[in-house]
Amino acid sequence: MAGISMRVNGREVDADVEDRTLLVDFLRNNLVLTGTHVGCDTSQCGACVVHLDGKAVKSCTMLAAQAAGSDITTVEGLMSDGELHPVQRAFREHHGLQCGFCTPGMIMAATDMIARHGAALDEATVRTELEGNICRCTGYHNIVRSILAAAAEMNGTQQAAE
Amino acid sequence: MGVEGIGARAARKEDRRFITGQGRYTDDMVVAGMKHAAFVRSPHAHARIKGIDKSAAESMPGVLGVLDGKQLTEDGIGNIICGWMIHSTDGSPMNMGVWRPLAEDKVRYVGDAVVVVVAETRALAQEAAEAVQVDYEELPAVTDAVSAIEPGAPQIHEAAEKNLIFDWEIGESLAVEEAISDAANIVELEVSNNRLIPNAMEPRAALGLYDSAEEHYTCWTTSQNPHLARLVMSAFYNVAPENKLRVIAPDVGGGFGSKIYIYPEEIVCLWASKRTGVPVKWTADRSESFLTDAHGRDHVSTIKIAFDANNRMTGIKVDTLANLGAYMSLFSSVTPTYLYATLLSGQYNVPNVHANVRTVYTNTAPVDAYRGAGRPEACYLVERAMETAARQLGVDPAELRRINFVKEFPHQTPVIMNYDTGDFEASLDAAMQASDYAGFPDRKAEAQARGKLRGIGLSCYIEACGIAPSQAVGSLGAGVGLWESAEVRVNAVGTIEVLTGSHSHGQGHETTFAQVVADRLGIGLDTISVVHGDTDKVQMGMGTYGSRSGAVGMSAVAKALDKVESKARKVAAHLMEADEADIVIDEGHLKVAGTNKGIPWSQMALACYTAHDLPEGMEPGLKETAFFDPANFTFPSGCYVCEVEVDPDTGKTDIIQFVAADDFGNIINPMIVEGQVHGGLAQGIGQALLEGCAYDPETGQLLTASYMDYTMPRADDLPNFEVSTTVTECPSNPLGVKGCGEAGAIGSPPAVINAITDAIGNNDLSMPATSQNVWKALNEA
Repeated sequence: MAGISMRVNGREVDADVEDRTLLVDFLRNNLVLTGTHVGCDTSQCGACVVHLDGKAVKSCTMLAAQAAGSDITTVEGLMSDGELHPVQRAFREHHGLQCGFCTPGMIMAATDMIARHGAALDEATVRTELEGNICRCTGYHNIVRSILAAAAEMNGTQQAAE
Repeated sequence: MGVEGIGARAARKEDRRFITGQGRYTDDMVVAGMKHAAFVRSPHAHARIKGIDKSAAESMPGVLGVLDGKQLTEDGIGNIICGWMIHSTDGSPMNMGVWRPLAEDKVRYVGDAVVVVVAETRALAQEAAEAVQVDYEELPAVTDAVSAIEPGAPQIHEAAEKNLIFDWEIGESLAVEEAISDAANIVELEVSNNRLIPNAMEPRAALGLYDSAEEHYTCWTTSQNPHLARLVMSAFYNVAPENKLRVIAPDVGGGFGSKIYIYPEEIVCLWASKRTGVPVKWTADRSESFLTDAHGRDHVSTIKIAFDANNRMTGIKVDTLANLGAYMSLFSSVTPTYLYATLLSGQYNVPNVHANVRTVYTNTAPVDAYRGAGRPEACYLVERAMETAARQLGVDPAELRRINFVKEFPHQTPVIMNYDTGDFEASLDAAMQASDYAGFPDRKAEAQARGKLRGIGLSCYIEACGIAPSQAVGSLGAGVGLWESAEVRVNAVGTIEVLTGSHSHGQGHETTFAQVVADRLGIGLDTISVVHGDTDKVQMGMGTYGSRSGAVGMSAVAKALDKVESKARKVAAHLMEADEADIVIDEGHLKVAGTNKGIPWSQMALACYTAHDLPEGMEPGLKETAFFDPANFTFPSGCYVCEVEVDPDTGKTDIIQFVAADDFGNIINPMIVEGQVHGGLAQGIGQALLEGCAYDPETGQLLTASYMDYTMPRADDLPNFEVSTTVTECPSNPLGVKGCGEAGAIGSPPAVINAITDAIGNNDLSMPATSQNVWKALNEA
């Protein structure tokens, strides 16, 4: 057993977990943050993407113990002050989801993508960067639109603030 | 149309929970005392079970039960069955072998469930499952349909001699032979339709809970049709009587057909819950999904089309061999027969069609309906043959199709279907215009200058959806009726709950079904809730598959609304002392036509529940039920145009443009319909370019059992899609809708392959057209 503590969605958490516990299982089973999903066993599908210290990671591919001391954001922690994040809003407006299973991972990957590329994010980059996120419902068409729309809004907002 | 009524691009009501991580899928469910199951599965494709030693697993700490097939049989759990009887041409019933939820004597494919372990945690259950020792005597295996019917092939089921399940035909053989012998030209083609693995992103899962005091079971499961699951588990598998079994399909993460069926795992979780006295949850890992979800397609077919001297089709002859895997899954028999061969005349006016379909057992996962289910196989065969014919006859592919189109409706085909309406030229014209078909030669020349091979391919599809008229399917062998039910409950404050037997697992029913109500009553979408997926809440239903939710499920809602409106009018007329015939329902009010008198919908609803002042003899309350049984199938159709560029050095194919022009009849929510088309196209393009299930032919091991081995379409494999619709209203349901869920997956594979074969100048190309396959075909040309 390992005693771990970390910050998850702004809240300090402490727990004793089996050494082999994956971060995704810790989030889902111990913290009941079931928005983060498991869609494969091989780190391919991306349904489990969360942010670890601001970077997108696949939470099925690291141990909970490895995340000790980190700051984790899951899809449940993306809203602020009761308002949807622009990426969440864009997915809804542009029908970027159907069954919703891949959606949390898509949204977390997208927010990271937009943060890294800023205004330079174009369609080809979005499609390439989605390599690690599989969706079976949408054909990606509206996911790509959602991400580009959110990026435009977030960059526009940033420019306005600057 | 209002901003939220029929035809509105209303944002989805269900989205908020999904984008905030609050969706509730089966694996998210936790109940008090819940434990976890893991299955011991056969590592062999074909073997006799000589013995099972459970002792090591049973003695592990944290293990609550290690249960096998003998115990399951002792408890009277029935065989898993196929629910659609098909008779061979000689009149004999299909040869269905025994499928036990846990194999007792023999295993027949890699992944066949043998033992279930219940333990404190999932990890412990998996460890204990590994400690179960099964003594197998390996038998030779066969994985492909052609080898399975060869003399000397391994015999898989006693009931099916030489592995043949049935040898079935449809249409007039002699008439087709005559057409062929009289033909001016004959076009022949042999194609295989590659085997696919559905891969809904949510793996299958089940949570079984037995309440010993009430002798009652609850099953949360990843189902497209929870009522059908309850019916089958009660009536055939002897799990529990219907009144003692509640099935809940909460949020379900995609289905595409693979979650129609009732699999061993949900039966076993329910049974194991009673045996062990604890609630039992199982969630598939992705490898289990690959191994055990029902696969799709897997046909080998030949087609012959006879043409007269004017290039008119006079006959179609088809021979198909279909691989149904190791066991007959629920709808496995109908998929390669009535959902397939009845569409073999395509969009064309062909007087004679005959098809012979043989289905066989192999040592592979069961094969059943997957998005499109039989219709993609028919479309691929016919549309590849039409493109081949155009090249052989020296006619433009669009023109050859045009001269053979059905132009008058209704049209009775030689293979059962009665096409009610359509306008095939309209969708062909729309697609040709959107794709700038006329400008293709210039683009090809420009590509050539860059060293690229450019090709264009057409596909004109038709499908039969809105499954299906109960009497008709009953006469064809279905074990169930295929109507749908709905209940519209108007609450005392005027808000509405719509209960439907349809199930949404991505289709957006919570929005579109509410739009139908909003359109009729003029009340806001936020005052309407759609309830589905729970047999304790919704009376009965047949679920969602075959693009039936709109045409059948929503039509039941429309029918229930007729009754609600009728009563509401009576109440309003009484309250306003007006003539019932003068009451109109508009913008959330009941108004007296031609006057300024009116009352809000909510006031009428409250009056129904206070019952202080209702018309003489009227019952209080406002709640109506309807069952809708369609008069015919619906016939979505359309034309797809694909344009590709092939790199001749590597064989890599890029889709430059993909145009879809569909006729889905009336459209409830264009945004959702476009999304359905996008998703279908991605699955069809995936089949054409990337996806292919592979078993080792010697050992029967599944070689494509992970996302590292089975190529799912990624975002950078696909283009943006250009989609549009033309409309001919469907006459067989009150909404005039045809269904849109499967079209993309049906129409796109032949368009892609026709484009590539056009580019490389070799028609001998199989799916998936990977770079390697295209390069080989190009260099053999």
